[in-house]
Amino acid sequence: MEKVYTNLTTGGPISVYVEDGKITRVRPLQVPEEDYPKPWTVVDKNGKKYSPPKAMRIAQNILAEKNRLYSEDRILYPMKRVDWDPDGERNPQTRGISGYERISWDEAATIIAKEINRLAPRDANGEFDGHAITAITGSHHNWGIVGYKMAPFGRFFSMLNFTPILDNPDSWEGWMWGAPHMWGFYWRLGQPEQFDLLPDAFKNTDMIVFWSNDPDSTHGIYSGQESNIWRVWLKEMGMKCVFIDPFYNYTNAVMDGTWFAPRPGTDTALAAAIAYQWIIDDTYDHFYIENRTEGFDEFKDYILGKEDGVPKTCEWAAEKTGIPARRIRALAKEWASKRVALAGGVRGGEGSACRTAYGTEEARFLIALAAMQGFGKPGVSIWGTTMGAPADYTWFPGYAEPDSQMGKSRAANIKYAASKVTQRLYRLNYPEDIINGKGSFIGDGFCGQSIAQQFNHHEYPIEGKVKMLWRYGGSFMGTMTETNRYVKLYRHVGENQLDTVINQDCWFGGEAKFADIILPACTNLERNDLGEWSVGGGYTTHAEIGNNWRVIVREQKCVEPLGESKSDYEIFQEVAKKLGVWEQYTDGGKTEDEWAEAFWNISELSKRCSWEEFNKKGYYIVPVPEDYEEHPAFRWYYEGRDCDTQDYLNPKIKAVNNMNTMEPTENSKELGTYSGKLEFASRSLKELSPEDTERPPVPHYIPSWEGHETETYKKYPLQIISPHPRFSFHTHYDTHASWIDEIPCHRMIIDGYAYWVARINPKDAKDRGIKTGDIIELYNERGSVLCAADVTYRVPVGVMHSYGCSAKYDPITTETGATDRGGCVNILTSKRWLSQNVPGMAPNSCLIECRKWEC
Amino acid sequence: MAKYGFIIDVDRCNGCYSCFLACKDEWIGNDHGKYGAATAEGMNLMRVREIEYGTDDKVKVDYIAIPCQHCKNAPCVAKRPDAFYTRPDGLVILDPAKAADKALLQACPYGCVQWNEKAGIAQKCNGCAHMLDAGEKQTRCSECCPNQALIFGDLDDPNSEISKFAAEHAAELEDFQPAFKAEPSVKYMYLPKPFICGEVTFEGEDVKGAKVTVVCDECGKKYETETDFLGDFEVQGLPTNKPFTVTIEAAGCKPAVLKCRTAGSVNFGEIVLEK
Repeated sequence: MEKVYTNLTTGGPISVYVEDGKITRVRPLQVPEEDYPKPWTVVDKNGKKYSPPKAMRIAQNILAEKNRLYSEDRILYPMKRVDWDPDGERNPQTRGISGYERISWDEAATIIAKEINRLAPRDANGEFDGHAITAITGSHHNWGIVGYKMAPFGRFFSMLNFTPILDNPDSWEGWMWGAPHMWGFYWRLGQPEQFDLLPDAFKNTDMIVFWSNDPDSTHGIYSGQESNIWRVWLKEMGMKCVFIDPFYNYTNAVMDGTWFAPRPGTDTALAAAIAYQWIIDDTYDHFYIENRTEGFDEFKDYILGKEDGVPKTCEWAAEKTGIPARRIRALAKEWASKRVALAGGVRGGEGSACRTAYGTEEARFLIALAAMQGFGKPGVSIWGTTMGAPADYTWFPGYAEPDSQMGKSRAANIKYAASKVTQRLYRLNYPEDIINGKGSFIGDGFCGQSIAQQFNHHEYPIEGKVKMLWRYGGSFMGTMTETNRYVKLYRHVGENQLDTVINQDCWFGGEAKFADIILPACTNLERNDLGEWSVGGGYTTHAEIGNNWRVIVREQKCVEPLGESKSDYEIFQEVAKKLGVWEQYTDGGKTEDEWAEAFWNISELSKRCSWEEFNKKGYYIVPVPEDYEEHPAFRWYYEGRDCDTQDYLNPKIKAVNNMNTMEPTENSKELGTYSGKLEFASRSLKELSPEDTERPPVPHYIPSWEGHETETYKKYPLQIISPHPRFSFHTHYDTHASWIDEIPCHRMIIDGYAYWVARINPKDAKDRGIKTGDIIELYNERGSVLCAADVTYRVPVGVMHSYGCSAKYDPITTETGATDRGGCVNILTSKRWLSQNVPGMAPNSCLIECRKWEC
Repeated sequence: MAKYGFIIDVDRCNGCYSCFLACKDEWIGNDHGKYGAATAEGMNLMRVREIEYGTDDKVKVDYIAIPCQHCKNAPCVAKRPDAFYTRPDGLVILDPAKAADKALLQACPYGCVQWNEKAGIAQKCNGCAHMLDAGEKQTRCSECCPNQALIFGDLDDPNSEISKFAAEHAAELEDFQPAFKAEPSVKYMYLPKPFICGEVTFEGEDVKGAKVTVVCDECGKKYETETDFLGDFEVQGLPTNKPFTVTIEAAGCKPAVLKCRTAGSVNFGEIVLEK
């Protein structure tokens, strides 16, 4: 007998078909036509109307959910590494090599509790001092408010008072660390608001410049493929599209746009030349510059060469970028004559160009160009083309809202808001900091509280060194930089070694095999939860505007957890029981369903739809109000009015009535910079970091520390970029979903092994005797990785492209050391920060050589 | 009676492989009785072919989704009526009870019939007939196409989405392999064809608005366009392996006349006009 359940994923809502306790099919959420509310309508310049189809356009990888759930890589039982003995030899040096033995949940929880008791003593009030325990999650191995990492994981480790490892903003580094100094928006981690930019672009925009942006691949992050149809409409209405990207990306291919391929890391030079042309042609918005910005004269002095004797002409930029000067000039002139939406990344910002050396400058330069054309006026915007649909803005908690985190929410009686330990580690540095027993870094990772937060100084250790690492989801070998470092940490032997490594995951991925104890987690198809499509809450307020339909989904347990796997909440309960703190951890014994109901009930939507009704139906589609009014992003700023968007974390407006009503304050006309204006010369940088020449107050083109102007280039003449992947999400769906591996532009199967694809220009391939389908070795001083070659004009001469998120770390030993044939190209990228005071990663500044692999 | 068909708009397709994955989800491990047996891992009843053409910075990438073409004049039915049959609604079915013969793979010139090594049977796309008979309106591939590039429906119903789309685009509809003369129920739009392109400059700057005329030397067919703000021009959708004359005219310059053959796409690169 077939039964259909509802669930929600990182890529959209689904209907899950189950027969005899086994999932048979996974389809986009099936909603009867009559259940769809009235769709929104947008109108183009010619009066043609567009409304979205009555369908849920989920991300393609979600269609492999069944395949992934029943993957051979699923971890089904708790396991212990055979040569790890908590009462004897711990053998860190064999992590990743030694095998495992199956143990019971009782044994696993007993061992872990014993280790916690040893490392985290309790005071008279029963409060833990867990400084010797550190833990970090990957991103998004599941979806749902109750089960997301910030809930069970956050509550458990805050209760232990552990040493947190802060996440770096790995997708939008340049925007996090650069943009707030120019336009504020630190409460959006540097990214712009996107409200109502879809109708604005349809009505008013003449041209879209996609700058380091491939929205058809990166999906507005969690919005699946909802916005694809918007770009189909834009193409069919004849919208002129320009793509600036060293890779001829998938959106470029389908929109048949004009391609500009600057050398990686020279986007800033290209932008400077465009600014130069506008200044000498006098084709920028003087009113805006004079009334909405400050410091333009200093910027102008840099551009015209008064500061450094080098005018940033198109000829100057041609030499840097490899693009002919005439084409740069023609682009600048066309841009100035049109109303242009600058698509500087999937949510406005965050293209791969901001993850290069000095990526802060790229982000700031894109804002500078938009400001010179007066963004905020009709049709002129920073718009990633994936957000800005009309929506109902009634507040519903996303996983990152304090109110939907088990430890912090008003739904909890006993709160564990944050660890009381003061020391912090940092995701980009912790391997060497732990090995060296000391380290320091600046910034709080996600600096959403203030601009100055970027300069908070952290020392390690303060309370004491860490001895236990608890990893949860994902694999950093694929996603961070110079990732052999993470392997070295696991195997480090000595005073600062990790005594205990726990890994809690659904799949036996690249990093799980380094753990001493492995805990099998189930997926969100095997437990109950609830969530809203696309909405993480927190720093991207109202992400539902990336969707055609706003959907809240009751995530229903479709099948029993496989093997002995458990939900993350249940896993932490097992350990909490052994520690004698189960009551506290579960807030008096709350079940997952009780949490889900509590979260539903604190949201405003519970006033429109009862828990019982929602629970029974499995979803609630929130209709766009009949009297919907458009308040396009930045229009208020352009027109000098109070901010009138629903950007409820903006501290210059006041969110009241459960985040539903925005009230102006006396500062509501201002941006979040120190001056309240858009700053071409940043006051915050002048004040907080005056000596910094690598992120100076005025944005500069600074030659990459690993680009074509360095010494290294002579030995390693290929620049590789490794953007976010198209067919997988972080390290999810790759490898553990074999169907995804069968997509030949994701992995290529050669002699039965699925190799990660690396793209190379025909000339570079010919020089090296490489053909499509060859196994090739990518290498530099940091390591060596095997990939399958795709010989293509989609990358220019001197550039290679390979996505940055392999889930598989599979080293083989060779005469010269270890070579990874799993495809973790981030083994090759530098751990160096964007710049000296900018603690972000720059995987797209990487030089390599490549050769045909002869095994 | 319904007559089912597909329209696949290659121009809209971005190669997301949703159709490919949804089809796997429908068939791998799922036995659909008389409509078709479960497929094995590694099989794809929906195939997707990537085509890259052009050179240097004038490159194009297209994707062609290839389900069973559900031909009216089906070569498979003609060749092996013992195993293939056409339903009244136009869908062509390979009877799973009669499919244990590897020679059936030869019956389809498009290569749509595949061998299931595990089950020892031949298999192909059935147009999700089992779902339609159960009252569904869409196939698994069409229901998840985010770009509405793959449209499925009843061609006999003038009010169906596909009929309206077909009427609107009647001139653009084409067959994947016209030489087979099989009258497929799957129609394509904008299948990849050669293009001719170049960048027109004068005294080191791009020439905007130059008149570009492309004439087929064999049939005399004329294509006209203008250069854009970058001096770029492009004429798409040309026949393969024909000789062409390209004439470029801009005010104040001598016309430039160039010759080429569309053995593949032609990229003239920079074309420098003279006074």
